[in-house]
Amino acid sequence: MATVSTSEFRNGLKVMIDGDPCTIVDNEMVKPGKGQAFNRVKLRVLLTGRTLERTFKSGESVERADIHEEEYQYSYSDGDLFYFMHPESFEQIGADKAAMGDAEKWLKGQEMCLVTLWNGNPISITPPNFVELQITETDPGLRGDTSSGGGKPATLETGAVVRVPLFVPESERIKVDTRTGEYVSRVKD
Amino acid sequence: MSHSLLQERSTFIRAIRSFFYQREVMEVETPVLSTATTTDPHIDPFTTVSQGRDGEGPERLYLQSSPELFMKRLLAEESGAIFQLGPVFRAGEISTIHNPEFLMLEWYRPGFTMEHLMEEVEELVSNFVDLPSIERLTVAEAFQQVLGVDDLYATTAEQLRELALSMNLPSAAEMELEWDGWVDYLMVLAITPSFAHAALFLTHYPASQAALAQISPEDSRVAERFELLLNGVEIANGFRELQDADEQRHRFQLEQEERQAEGLETIPMDEKFLSALKEQGLPDCSGVALGVERLMMLSMGKEDISEVMPFPIRQV
Repeated sequence: MATVSTSEFRNGLKVMIDGDPCTIVDNEMVKPGKGQAFNRVKLRVLLTGRTLERTFKSGESVERADIHEEEYQYSYSDGDLFYFMHPESFEQIGADKAAMGDAEKWLKGQEMCLVTLWNGNPISITPPNFVELQITETDPGLRGDTSSGGGKPATLETGAVVRVPLFVPESERIKVDTRTGEYVSRVKD
Repeated sequence: MSHSLLQERSTFIRAIRSFFYQREVMEVETPVLSTATTTDPHIDPFTTVSQGRDGEGPERLYLQSSPELFMKRLLAEESGAIFQLGPVFRAGEISTIHNPEFLMLEWYRPGFTMEHLMEEVEELVSNFVDLPSIERLTVAEAFQQVLGVDDLYATTAEQLRELALSMNLPSAAEMELEWDGWVDYLMVLAITPSFAHAALFLTHYPASQAALAQISPEDSRVAERFELLLNGVEIANGFRELQDADEQRHRFQLEQEERQAEGLETIPMDEKFLSALKEQGLPDCSGVALGVERLMMLSMGKEDISEVMPFPIRQV
């Protein structure tokens, strides 16, 4: 069992807490003037996204989580699992809906995604920062109103709904930022 | 570091020096390298090796975590009141208020009681920070006021643990600590944060946390030790200094045993210091160590110690 001491704690380090892999999001050494020092640590549970607070005696060791991240290409879904292929080894892995999370609504196939693996199993999928998708349904815009303040909902080919400016018509391809879920621009073919 | 910050630092240091010159406290310099250092199990010293003299083997040396032991040897030689501004070193201490090397101001006042020295600390600090008068609270009173503990010295480790659990403090259930460890835990997680906007002298630490302070003649459960907390940050730590050489040796031994129990490196006791204490004797005095950069942070309104240092650890 690989362990890591509090002196090596840094943001992004993956450790096991109560049997769950977590990532350190904040680490602060606190120390009385004389006496025992502690590390106050905030962690995000990778499987649930929940945030935890823990305190360790400085110098204590914690089990490291076997977590690594790799690029895979999204292939298809059979309804239960979402399949990804490694671009070099062609190895195929299946991620469940929980691991897929929000990524599902941005992917239609062929996109390169960042897959987080715990003990070799996918636990979270990060889609590309930007995707280009076609609008399948949106109300016709009100002519003349091109101000940026307005906007209307548009359904994309993957089922995601984003707000687009009023002038953007149906069947247009648009660029979306998957981190914010916001419209970026129209795509000129 | 910008020129104006560098200038501010220089003005700050000059003001500290003139404070002591005006009071006829003599400035001294003592070694940064020594063959011994503190045995405190909660301080991790930097060690280095030098070739020994005249065919002796290599000699292990420590970078000092405080000039205390050397300054007390000077006091034992009847130096009178002395102060020192210089770098000190503590491995692994990095945070927004810790840097492994920092500037320590340390001074000793023969004939001063702890209360008298606290007044002088207050006078010095008020030159740099706009303060109302600094409140004085014993550690037991702080536990009473903040946590409702009626008599800290009547508690057991288990009771302090239950208190931490009832407050839902992080990892209280997993912590394995002795009584002193629980006092430290509650201090940093509950008591200090509750004084995040206060100016406070915490006084009379538990006798088990006396470090190099005298046990109080009025109450043997506590030591004549104080800390200055400004906005929840420890700025200074002071003692009515322990004069009893045998008691001092005994405390070093306890610390060495604790280091051993925790699997830490053995640190030799400073025999030259102990012998000065025994042979010449330390005059009745009080002394205090103050983290200069922490006071600068407050004075300049900075949130991170790296902002007041020309070369913080990440840049060396």
